[in-house]
Amino acid sequence: MFSLLQIELFKISRRPRTYIAFAAITAIVLIFQFAFKADGESYMNLMLQNVQDSFDLDKSKAINGYFMCYIILNTLLVQVPILVSLIAGDAISGEANMGTLRLMLTKPYNRSQLLFVKFLAAFLFTIFLLVWIAILSLFVSLLIFGADDMLIFRVKGDESQILQISKDDVLWRYFAAFGYAAVALTVIATLGILLSVFAENSIGPIVATVCIVLFFTIVSNINVPIIDKHVKPWLFTTYMVGWKGFFYIGIDNEGQPIKGSLENWPAIRNSLVILIAHIATFLGIAFYSFQKKDILS
Amino acid sequence: MTPIIEVNQLCKSFDRFNAVNNLSFTVNKGDIFGFLGENGAGKSTTIRMLLTLIQPTSGSIQLFGEALQQNRKSILQRVGAVIEKPDLYKYLSAYENLNLFAKMSGLKLSKDSLMKQLDIVGLANRSHSKVKTFSQGMKQRLGIAVALVHDPQLIILDEPTNGLDPQGIVDIRNLIIRLSQERGKTILVSSHLLSEIELIANRLLIIHKGEKVVEGSVKSLLDPAETIIKIETSDNQFAIQLLNKWKSNENIERKENEIHIKMHKNDTPFLIRFLTENNIDIFSVKHVNSLEDYFLNLTKSDTHVQPFTN
Repeated sequence: MFSLLQIELFKISRRPRTYIAFAAITAIVLIFQFAFKADGESYMNLMLQNVQDSFDLDKSKAINGYFMCYIILNTLLVQVPILVSLIAGDAISGEANMGTLRLMLTKPYNRSQLLFVKFLAAFLFTIFLLVWIAILSLFVSLLIFGADDMLIFRVKGDESQILQISKDDVLWRYFAAFGYAAVALTVIATLGILLSVFAENSIGPIVATVCIVLFFTIVSNINVPIIDKHVKPWLFTTYMVGWKGFFYIGIDNEGQPIKGSLENWPAIRNSLVILIAHIATFLGIAFYSFQKKDILS
Repeated sequence: MTPIIEVNQLCKSFDRFNAVNNLSFTVNKGDIFGFLGENGAGKSTTIRMLLTLIQPTSGSIQLFGEALQQNRKSILQRVGAVIEKPDLYKYLSAYENLNLFAKMSGLKLSKDSLMKQLDIVGLANRSHSKVKTFSQGMKQRLGIAVALVHDPQLIILDEPTNGLDPQGIVDIRNLIIRLSQERGKTILVSSHLLSEIELIANRLLIIHKGEKVVEGSVKSLLDPAETIIKIETSDNQFAIQLLNKWKSNENIERKENEIHIKMHKNDTPFLIRFLTENNIDIFSVKHVNSLEDYFLNLTKSDTHVQPFTN
């Protein structure tokens, strides 16, 4: 089984498309960092235009490595599912298209083992991608912009809020957020693998995965009460942004942030459970279908 | 004779279409078994069932005396296969592809062993070229190297000469014969060309529309005594009258511009002499085995063909 996984990772590592994801992320992060280094103050002015009178902030300190990472993640975690789809959507259908699936399945492994290894390889690819994002957006940003207290801007209900997290209370939140993102992106990977089981070329499942994610994301962003209540709870994309919950710090009765606390841990936990249930469901259907499938490619 | 493949009343339906219907046959140890049928006859479906790629609707398959479905893993360790056009991983070299499939078979082969395998199929000098630069014939040979890498006892080759140039066809044919003679492999090879199979196989099976037409040894099925001699003469009607006195009626048939005479191939010179001595000019003489004739009829038309009787 381990040698099978090694083979899968070897194949992924030798395909040029693998590096498209890493190159795209590198380019986006570097552009962000350059833009904020050159003119971050304009961005801060825009963000703070409604609250400038109420708060006295040192804008030069507000743009720090932690803040940069948060801004970058907000953008990237919409794009990364597309990159994960490129690999996951190709997992089985790509082999079928190349004519290697039938060869693989005549080797002395059962189909469940092969599919599980495909899943593990897609999962590891997702982890590598997230580690790369973490290195670039967190650690390189800390090198360029330094470390300081982190400011989070958010809209809660009708009001805009600024949350301040002490710099020695941030790092663990990032580790937790990246862990959460790994689970969320694994949902995309399993969806890609599931669709890949039914196809005989990789374009279909890749495009289908991306379309589903985009469609669900768009619907998840429609802020209409009826959709909030009846549609959003059924869309896995609603829970994919749950990583932000790790930066919503708990506040005491006097409005002061409580170090090491989370505003709503049960909500994060429930979102995680729902995402894991999606992974299990998608994988279950994929295993069942792959087991029964006649290989005609 | 030890049976290596035993197929009993195998059926496969896709929706309402019966791709394979009640098919039974046996391949014995050391056989080069030709599996013949026109395109769409059900050869690939049968082969895929032998390799567990397709689930049979009903019937049973035993390989090496064991039930395939129940002992899939241990059986497949002893089987190597090339199914249709093996494209392999185009972005990897021949050596990397072979190494990868060796590992998938649970083997850690040295560089020398892998190069030796590539040498057997004549690809040692292109071992580090990417497969995307290979011709179809080279891919086919690499596919065979992949099928052989774990030294299987049974080799299944589905249309291995498809898309090859004449030299490629000869190379594959020689390779199959060498594998059987020098390494004692049991080989099942499918084709839609009888001429191809009769050059390599010792036994053959013909299927048509998913059903068995005939199974037996090539020697008996392609017996020279069952040759059809097709001749074109200056006066076919008079020739037939003469031939009817020489041979029994049932062996002589007029078909368009030709006369078909079923007789031993070695009697051809006597036939020619007999006709020319009776002042009949002969424009052409062709030899076709009765099985070959039957097979040609199968591949020519979609109409119902009566079962073959030798």
